[in-house]
Amino acid sequence: MTSDAGAVPTQRLDDNLKRFAGSADQPVLEVDEVAKVYSGEPPVSALRGVSFSIARGELVGIVGPSGSGKTTLLHLMGTLDRPSSGHVRVTGLEVGRLSDRELSALRATHIGFVFQQFFLSEHQSVLDNVADGLLYAGVPQVKRRARAIDALTMVGLEGRPHARPNQLSGGQRQRVAVARALVGDPAIVLADEPTGNLDQATGQSILGLFKDLHELGVTIVVITHDRDIAARMDRRIEMLDGQMVFDSADNLATVTAAASRAPTSGNDHRS
Amino acid sequence: MTEAATFEMRKLRPTDLGRLSTVGLRTRKLRAGLSALGIAIGVAAIVAVLGLSSSASAGLLNEISSLGTNLLVVQSGQTLFGTTAELPVVAPAMIARIGAVTRVEQIGSITGNVYRSPLIPTIDTNAITIDAASLGLLPTVGTSVAEGSYLNAATAQEPVAVLGAAAAQRLGIDQVYLGERIWLDNEWFYVAGILKPAILAPAVDSSVLVGFAAAEHYLGFDGHPSTIYVRAKTSQVNTVYGLLAATANPQNPSEVDVSLPSTALVAQADAQGAFDGLFVGLGAVALLVGAIGVANIMIISVLERRSEIGLRRALGATRGHILGQFLAESILIALFGGTIGVGAGTLSTAVYTAAKHEVIVIPTLAWAGGMGAAIIIGAVAGLWPAMRAARMSPTEALWTV
Repeated sequence: MTSDAGAVPTQRLDDNLKRFAGSADQPVLEVDEVAKVYSGEPPVSALRGVSFSIARGELVGIVGPSGSGKTTLLHLMGTLDRPSSGHVRVTGLEVGRLSDRELSALRATHIGFVFQQFFLSEHQSVLDNVADGLLYAGVPQVKRRARAIDALTMVGLEGRPHARPNQLSGGQRQRVAVARALVGDPAIVLADEPTGNLDQATGQSILGLFKDLHELGVTIVVITHDRDIAARMDRRIEMLDGQMVFDSADNLATVTAAASRAPTSGNDHRS
Repeated sequence: MTEAATFEMRKLRPTDLGRLSTVGLRTRKLRAGLSALGIAIGVAAIVAVLGLSSSASAGLLNEISSLGTNLLVVQSGQTLFGTTAELPVVAPAMIARIGAVTRVEQIGSITGNVYRSPLIPTIDTNAITIDAASLGLLPTVGTSVAEGSYLNAATAQEPVAVLGAAAAQRLGIDQVYLGERIWLDNEWFYVAGILKPAILAPAVDSSVLVGFAAAEHYLGFDGHPSTIYVRAKTSQVNTVYGLLAATANPQNPSEVDVSLPSTALVAQADAQGAFDGLFVGLGAVALLVGAIGVANIMIISVLERRSEIGLRRALGATRGHILGQFLAESILIALFGGTIGVGAGTLSTAVYTAAKHEVIVIPTLAWAGGMGAAIIIGAVAGLWPAMRAARMSPTEALWTV
């Protein structure tokens, strides 16, 4: 089934994946001195020298006010965009070196997204919405649906696979979106303001769901502007003005190093 | 757990592509239906035009072949001085001696006019002619009696007339009753019968036929035939054709016109399609307008479904997957319109031909061409919008306002 054009990169990707699967210590996601500049007049520097790494099974909250570069960071972590400089490695694969096709394949099989707006299609059932998470991974429909049932069970919605999204509450819809992110058994789940469209209580239940999934060993990164939500995560990374200003996982030495770096780049920015 | 396996197959399965291509149609039924309508009208117009003209000419050709293609017509031509020539009285008998000739019948033109009654103003001649006719004329020219009866050995001697189909219509006579008369050149003639249309011999249609003897006795007819109808063996029609002029009038063969009506009619049937080009052109214009409609819908669709495109890219769709999805959707809309168009075109042809008791003929070129045109239109109209969708960067697509 593999097309000729895709054969070589697929092989390369497969080799990398086997290597990754072999080393449990390898971080799921590495962000190394990453900067992102959006061209324009004047150019906008959205991210400046951000570095961190996320290990398998972590539950990380990335928090910052709007304009702090959170969304840009999510796009880079999710391989939806490439950094202007620095390196992003997902499961050990260097994003900058992969083609658009390969990045798509990487997203299809290794990254799950949860969006603030859910992005469910109203014309198909909950089950098929979840199964669509595997559509581009080359899994046949029967298998996709079987795995969608499993994913729905994980988020506690196994009872209503044939409901339409518009028959569900906001919280249930976000659970469907989470199930869609989980269905491919991804290396990492990236959630962009997952509680942004939900009321307080429903938001808390989604966070509870993330906690439960974390217990099951799923790697989750939640991006939010809400400090209270970030505080409930095991690890908290704070962003401000395109820079990482705090990482609860850092030991004193790295924090000091970061602090000593910060003013320099800050001066560069102002000049 | 199945990482290695999932990386091997990233091409969208045809069933999945098919399902994706119907998303736009299922979620925006009215809009998709309206944009398919333009294509449907264009295809229907083309199919109906080609179907109607093919059915009509097929019907005519059937009729011609059922009437026989072996009828030859010998007519008196013109002399060197431009006056109407006369065929010799013995011409039919001489033609009958040609071996391959199976039947010879004749009519003789008589000067005079026909009226319903003497009270009709003489100027209202209705362009009806009077002809003396031989008794075996009807089977030879391929027609029969619609009403009443034809001339026989007895009535051919008496003031009795039989009306051609068009002549009867012009006189306002549609049935024969006892004692019915018409005013023929200052004589009352009794109407014996009305004929069916004679496709191979249209001259008979607008004529009032009387017997040779009666014509000579009552109408001052000189006995010279004006037209001789000849049936020959089908295999030797061409040979007989070559002999007829010299046989009919050995002294002046150039004063005889010989024709083969079936060939002229076949050419006429073929020429019926001459105006088709105009209507097919109109259908093509409708198709073009339909194509613009589809392109317009697809552009709007791509703009509206930005977040869907973004989501699909996040789920791992490549640019090719997005391009394929939107292109397939556009082709599907056009194909939907094309199918409806072929159906509507066929239906209207069927209704028309059923009303005229003709055989329905839809040329392959019409329906296959209509469907093919629809697919090409869908592909061309959808290409640019689909490329726009594919080029959209995932971050741009996810940027919801």
